[in-house]
Amino acid sequence: MGLFILKRIGVMALTALCLTFIVFYLTNLAPNLEKLAKTQGNARMTDEQVESWLARNGYDQPIVSRYGEWLGIVPGWTRVDPETSELTGRCIDPGMDPETAPTYCGVLQGDFGYSTVSDDEVAAIIGGRLLLTGKLMFWAFVIMVPAALVVGVLAGMREGSRLDRSLSTFAIATTATPEYVSGVIFIVLLASSQAGLSPLLTEWGWIDGPTLFLGSARSAMDDANIWNFTLPVMTIALYGMGYIARMTRASMAEVMTAQYIRTARLKGVSFRNIVLKHALRNALIAPFTVIMLQFPWLLTGVVIVETLFNYNGFGWTLVQAAGNNDIELLLAVSIVAVIVVLTTQLISDIGYVFLNPRIRIS
Amino acid sequence: MDMLSWTGNLGPILNPLMLAAAVVFILGFLGQVILSFAGIRPGEVVINPDRTMSVVRTPSDYMLMAMKYAVLLFLTCCVVYIFGGIVQPELEDRGILGQLGRQFLPVWIALIVLYAVSIVFKRRLGLYGKLFDNPIGMVGFGLVMFWIFTAVFSTLVATHGPIDVISQMRNELPGTYLPSGEEGEFPVYLLGGDSLGRDVFSRMVYGAVSVLRIAPLATLFAFMVGVSLGLPAGYFGGKIDTIVSFIANLVLAFPVILLFYLLVTPEIVAAGIPVAMAAVLFIFPILFFVVLFNSRFHTQQGTRNILVAIVLIVGFWLYFSLLSDPDPDSPVRFVPSAIDVIDIPGNLLIVFVSVVFVNSPTVFRIVRGIVLDVQTRDYVAAAQTRGEGPWYIMLWEILPNARGPLIVDFCLRIGYTTILLGTLGFFGLGVSPESPDWGSTINDGRRLLTVYPHPPLPPALALMTLVLGLNLLADGLREESLKD
Repeated sequence: MGLFILKRIGVMALTALCLTFIVFYLTNLAPNLEKLAKTQGNARMTDEQVESWLARNGYDQPIVSRYGEWLGIVPGWTRVDPETSELTGRCIDPGMDPETAPTYCGVLQGDFGYSTVSDDEVAAIIGGRLLLTGKLMFWAFVIMVPAALVVGVLAGMREGSRLDRSLSTFAIATTATPEYVSGVIFIVLLASSQAGLSPLLTEWGWIDGPTLFLGSARSAMDDANIWNFTLPVMTIALYGMGYIARMTRASMAEVMTAQYIRTARLKGVSFRNIVLKHALRNALIAPFTVIMLQFPWLLTGVVIVETLFNYNGFGWTLVQAAGNNDIELLLAVSIVAVIVVLTTQLISDIGYVFLNPRIRIS
Repeated sequence: MDMLSWTGNLGPILNPLMLAAAVVFILGFLGQVILSFAGIRPGEVVINPDRTMSVVRTPSDYMLMAMKYAVLLFLTCCVVYIFGGIVQPELEDRGILGQLGRQFLPVWIALIVLYAVSIVFKRRLGLYGKLFDNPIGMVGFGLVMFWIFTAVFSTLVATHGPIDVISQMRNELPGTYLPSGEEGEFPVYLLGGDSLGRDVFSRMVYGAVSVLRIAPLATLFAFMVGVSLGLPAGYFGGKIDTIVSFIANLVLAFPVILLFYLLVTPEIVAAGIPVAMAAVLFIFPILFFVVLFNSRFHTQQGTRNILVAIVLIVGFWLYFSLLSDPDPDSPVRFVPSAIDVIDIPGNLLIVFVSVVFVNSPTVFRIVRGIVLDVQTRDYVAAAQTRGEGPWYIMLWEILPNARGPLIVDFCLRIGYTTILLGTLGFFGLGVSPESPDWGSTINDGRRLLTVYPHPPLPPALALMTLVLGLNLLADGLREESLKD
């Protein structure tokens, strides 16, 4: 078991290295750097000026060594200006004494760099944004997982029944509705003062405000409440729910046909007890893996929902960084995303082995 | 000027009926839930001593019956609306719903013909015919075919062009008459105008064309890539498997949206990365077919040579004309324009490549899993004993026997690809800002969503029904193929 985990962590580290290098390579392609130089320096730079700007800021080295610097395993570049003989370098922040500056400053040292668009340290930006997204994800999970498990178990306990048919159709319908569709429908239905339910409810005097829910989650960043946070959470939860519910249903239906369930039935155990005490525990092994593997999917969902509802979290940052060519911010965002995905994969693998004692890792 | 009403002449009769049906359905559903908590279940069949069977109806049964008839009534009303739209002569009498039904007339006819023919001959049509034994599969197939026929007959169905702008019609509500009643022009924006004054309905119809042109083809390419890599990885195992699986997991661990942003931004396009990826990905179909024919006919040199030559010539011709840019100054220009048959406009190639790239690792994993399973069968051992080559066994023994799960996954994956394309459009990374594809239209409409909700809703519902149809179709196919 220990060896298995070690091996998985090794593969994970290798994957993370490869992925970050790909992102690094793609964001540091020549056209990107040229654009960076023009946005940082002057929009009307000539090609020579661009080149000298890039050289001044350490972008003229080979990509592998720059990747090493970014990672923090290669000493940061230093450069003596031929005219002013001033020492500049990757690790020498403006106003810092070159003597005391550290040799290495990369991700491994906790230095994620500087966001050119937000004008702030990347680490500071990412931390706050991750917290906001964590809040969104947490509530989405709180809604999604129990609801999906209940739907799946209810559908799977009597396969082919009317309840099963209707719940399965519901689950299929939610998987067929991506966030940008369900979000739009929710907003029109519940958060528009022109259409949907809100005008009706206002007319009847059931709600005080103009709309039942708020179609923008901007205010939820400081103060989340039911009024402004329901729609984004529901939108994320709904899309992921159908998939987990279908997996739970399949797993439950399989368990319900097992020999030991039949034995319990023949012994006269009530249906309720069979489902709750005998079937449920075994039926929940498979959904666990699925729930963990939902994280990468949710990441895309989070990006869509945060854009749609104007919630300045991690996903919104990703869109901003990618759209504005904010190289170091984008790199940091992608490293966080990749680590989240890989960690959940690892947890799902290990958890599966723990939950299902029939699987032995040799 | 007056607006065209939603329901026209039939509204006063049919609307109360539909409302009543909906109310009965909801009441029946609630009653059913309450009864089941109270422990009253539908009556069960009892075998009497005289060997007859009888069912005692409980209140629960009556509730279910009421719900069934409510659904039937509702559907009948919908059909009457469509039919009323087709037969009534005046636009004002038909209303928006009736007119929509009338616009879709070619689609209805095609659907009815298709279903009639398919149901009559269903016993001779294999898995496709069996689909018509399965209500869920039939509904799914109907939804999918509805959009396919809409795309085929788009010029007949749509009332205006996809980028016809009438600036007075900006954000106008559904059923608004055009300001100038020009001869030969359809006088109404049936589902309103969008923020630029284009017809929402027509854009939705043309959106079906643009979505259905890319999604199935991209899925097919992803399958070619996934199958060509998954077969050897599963069959040979060892180093090939380790390396390809690692790469597949690498792509899978990438957040899709980040990948799209990285691939579709203009700077990276300028660096030629997507074209290079296209060059790699598009070679797989050619490889696939060459190996396919070579492994089968390598004992009959003549046939083999002809087939492989055809595949190579046609394949590489398409390959290069697909890759080469029609722009004479472009660096990627391999073939003279005389034989450059396929011109892919602007971003389309990039969008296509990214979608194929994201989908193929999952296909790879599925194919690899199936191969690992099928490999242990006796007929594979028999082929090995006969001395067949590994590629023959993979492509002509294992692959045909893996078709069931692959067809099901193909349907699901088209749906997923549609969602992905929509996501791209939603972030403004789609084919082009002008394009009527559903994701871009939703993106256009969402800014003024709370004030003008009508522009993004039709494409949103269209995308939802298409993907739902594909999911239901896959479900029906899975059920029917498991019955064997």
